[in-house]
Amino acid sequence: MEQIFSTLVNGLSLGGIYAMIALGYTMVYGIAKLLNFAHGDIIMVGGYLIYVGMATQMPLAAVLLAVVGCVVLGICIEKVAYRPLRGASPLAVLITAIGVSYFMQSMAQIIFGSAPKMVTVYDFGAVELFGATIQVSSLVTLAVATVVMTVLTLFVKYTRTGRAMIAVSEDNGAAQLMGIDVNRIITITFAIGSALAALAGLFYLLKAPAVSSTLGAMPGIKAFTAAVIGGIGSIPGAMLGGILLGMIESVSYKITAIAPYTDAIEFSILILILLVRPTGFLGKKRREKV
Amino acid sequence: MMAQYLLETQGLGISFGGLKAVENVSLKIKKNQIYGLIGPNGAGKTTVFNLLTCVYKSTTGKFLLDGVEMKNLSPDRINQKGIARTFQNIRLFNNMTVVRNVMVALQNRPEYKCSILDSVLRLPRHFRVEKEMRAKAKELLRIFGLEEDRNNLACNLPYGKQRKLEIARALATSPKLLLLDEPAAGMNPQETEDLARTIRLIRDQFDMTVLLIEHDMSFVAELCDEITVLNFGTVLAEGDTQTVLQDPEVIRAYIGG
Repeated sequence: MEQIFSTLVNGLSLGGIYAMIALGYTMVYGIAKLLNFAHGDIIMVGGYLIYVGMATQMPLAAVLLAVVGCVVLGICIEKVAYRPLRGASPLAVLITAIGVSYFMQSMAQIIFGSAPKMVTVYDFGAVELFGATIQVSSLVTLAVATVVMTVLTLFVKYTRTGRAMIAVSEDNGAAQLMGIDVNRIITITFAIGSALAALAGLFYLLKAPAVSSTLGAMPGIKAFTAAVIGGIGSIPGAMLGGILLGMIESVSYKITAIAPYTDAIEFSILILILLVRPTGFLGKKRREKV
Repeated sequence: MMAQYLLETQGLGISFGGLKAVENVSLKIKKNQIYGLIGPNGAGKTTVFNLLTCVYKSTTGKFLLDGVEMKNLSPDRINQKGIARTFQNIRLFNNMTVVRNVMVALQNRPEYKCSILDSVLRLPRHFRVEKEMRAKAKELLRIFGLEEDRNNLACNLPYGKQRKLEIARALATSPKLLLLDEPAAGMNPQETEDLARTIRLIRDQFDMTVLLIEHDMSFVAELCDEITVLNFGTVLAEGDTQTVLQDPEVIRAYIGG
């Protein structure tokens, strides 16, 4: 019983992290129609910014630095790397995204060296719940992820900017011709995605207190997987996919106790799901235009 | 001083690679006119619309709206300057409700300005502006007989109503010039007649100038004050509708030979 409970909490908190990253992928894809493969590396930059910020001994200041820094970085990446390619072939944009990803990883190595840096942001300790020992940081992750996802859903649903975002994701050309400043909407989307990635970086450090230049690679790929499972472009889809992937990872780790197996299981499930539902669970079915 | 023409294009043209899609198109449209742009398929009519809405950048010539040259503008800026359009193949925001389709167009007008902070923090300004926009949207929808459908998804509307909603959405951006790309396409005679009435109503009630592309010649003849005929990207004829439609050159371009 306590094993089930601890697996559940771990799965949900891991899923919350994946969901937050997946939201960045899915929103950028939905609105700018580009796969931002540099998104995972924002998590890494967030991790390093927390490491730098922890010099102040104030965890909250470090987190704030990471969020603000990542938002600025995300906006800059979009302006410098993606905006000039608006209207270019999707392949050119994809290659650029991969280039940006390697650029950031290399820069991180140049600045911080290749050895991982240890960062202890805050020790929340552990509690006994239903007979299981639960890391409080997992509960914090779960709580913050829930709040963030709720706020984001409300933002998209009930604000003007959210309304414009939906319009742009439906038809950016028509949206622009109705007076919507599409560039501004895309900038806001990148800002939101990057802020979520910075928070994901924080929660990663709470789980495993080391940051290296490849910190974002695996979670990035997994969150992308989560976004695809949920149906890329769909916000609830990213949340569902993230939680699902976290649970699968947690359960398969419980069963096999070997990390590489869990990755293999996760990606096998991705393939199975895509075979049955190519557009993911909540993805839009594309109607052929005639 | 008011310009003589609401829209004036001077030698407007665009080439794609070596192909001149539209060449030397000069239109003069007076305020409050309903002006037709006709011509066989592939004559470049929609390309002219794309030039006027800055979807394409013209390679030659220029155009003036109300006497002011429009240049180096993005499509959203040109919309804010006062040109709005509909599309040949309907492009509504399908998974949004009818009223939200109109509101998302309304919200870019300066009079409904409201900062992202007002909106996120739900400050009084947000509610006031939303209320005003909702009222305005309802008023627009009433004109097009869409008021009852306002909470339906746009994609669930029947075809004729989707066309009307597109016009309502374009009008929501408070344009000076409304471009309609084949508004009567796919409509039955009853709907077409109804549409002609609505377009006249828009002209009168909103003090609007309308430029429309249409293949339905009786519709054009009944509605348009003046027309321009395009053929192979150039102007074949222009002037008073009845005169132009009887021009042997124009008839030949349409039926071949």
